Amino acid sequence: MIRLTINEELCKGCGLCVNACPKDLLRISTTKENAKSYNPAEMTNMEECIGCKSCALTCPDVCIEIVKE
Amino acid sequence: MEKLFTKTTALTDKPFHYCPGCTHGIIHRLVAESIEELGLKDKAIGLAPVGCAVFANEYFNVDMQTTSHGRSPAIATGIKRALPDRIVFTYQGDGDLASIGCGEVNHAAVRGEKITTIFINNAIYGMTGGQAAPTTLLGQKTTTTPYGKDGDANGYPMKVCEMLAAHEGAYYLERVALWDTAHIIKAKKAIKKAFQYQAEGKGYCLIEVLGTCPTNWGCSPLEAFEWQKENMLPMYPLGVFKDKGGEE
Ligand SMILES: Cc1ncc(C[n+]2csc(CCOP(=O)(O)OP(=O)(O)O)c2C)c(N)n1
Ligand code: SF4
Repeated sequence: MIRLTINEELCKGCGLCVNACPKDLLRISTTKENAKSYNPAEMTNMEECIGCKSCALTCPDVCIEIVKE
Repeated sequence: MEKLFTKTTALTDKPFHYCPGCTHGIIHRLVAESIEELGLKDKAIGLAPVGCAVFANEYFNVDMQTTSHGRSPAIATGIKRALPDRIVFTYQGDGDLASIGCGEVNHAAVRGEKITTIFINNAIYGMTGGQAAPTTLLGQKTTTTPYGKDGDANGYPMKVCEMLAAHEGAYYLERVALWDTAHIIKAKKAIKKAFQYQAEGKGYCLIEVLGTCPTNWGCSPLEAFEWQKENMLPMYPLGVFKDKGGEE
């Protein structure tokens, strides 16, 4: 199983990962806000994630980590 | 548990101060990963520019030197000649490299200094508020070209890879982009190759990365990539402009 974590305090909500995900699994949160007042990205369906790393490769703030369990 | 993606140890834990979606962060990661994967962390000495990446010395987890605006290829020359076993790289924007530092980068390439330059072409001065750079496109609106850059009045776009390719001392020159996963992987390959060449004692290498500046371009990070493909790509085609290692 793939586990993806987004460091929400580092995320600036730029949206590049949302666009990069080939499975369309990420979105910018409309409810969460971090200390810098950015709405961070969030995973909508962890089960569907294929661990392709596209999101992590495009994240300018290196705030995505992916492990396979 | 297998780690599929984790932050490279060649970056510090300090959060980047860059604007949301700015490509400086992606490029920092590609440079740091290349250094780590080649086992050069203990040997690398980086030179931070003046520009938005002025705090690069706090982000790269290797020895770093800050420099005056545009002069890092000259300072890198001194460091590399004094410590030839080190891996010395400059990280420079297009204001830093193509305007005020145009002399330094050209002569480093002319002399064939065994250093690596990571050049970020975002067609504008980011840090100082969006003034025109030598790489600004014709018609592009900036704070110093409010009606659009005009060739006769403001000059024509400078093509750095093409310019340096004329110098015998330049060993490897490639222009890359970051607008999708495939291009990011290709950009990393080029950056890694440039460091590999330096580790082998080869000559001057420069990788030009087409960057974005959503803030000063006045658009979203995604729109910035679209604008770049449509407008920058015709002027700044991607590809290898010189690879003496590949010719052998
Ligand atoms: C000697 C000197 N001249 C001018 C400046 C003002 N200045 C600071 S950054 C900069 C240009 C930065 O643009 P660029 O190199 O493209 O980097 P970016 O900010 O876009 O990453 C200028 C002109 C300075 N700091 N020092
Ligand atoms: S001003 Fe432009 S180049 Fe500077 S951090 Fe912001 S987006 Fe990046």
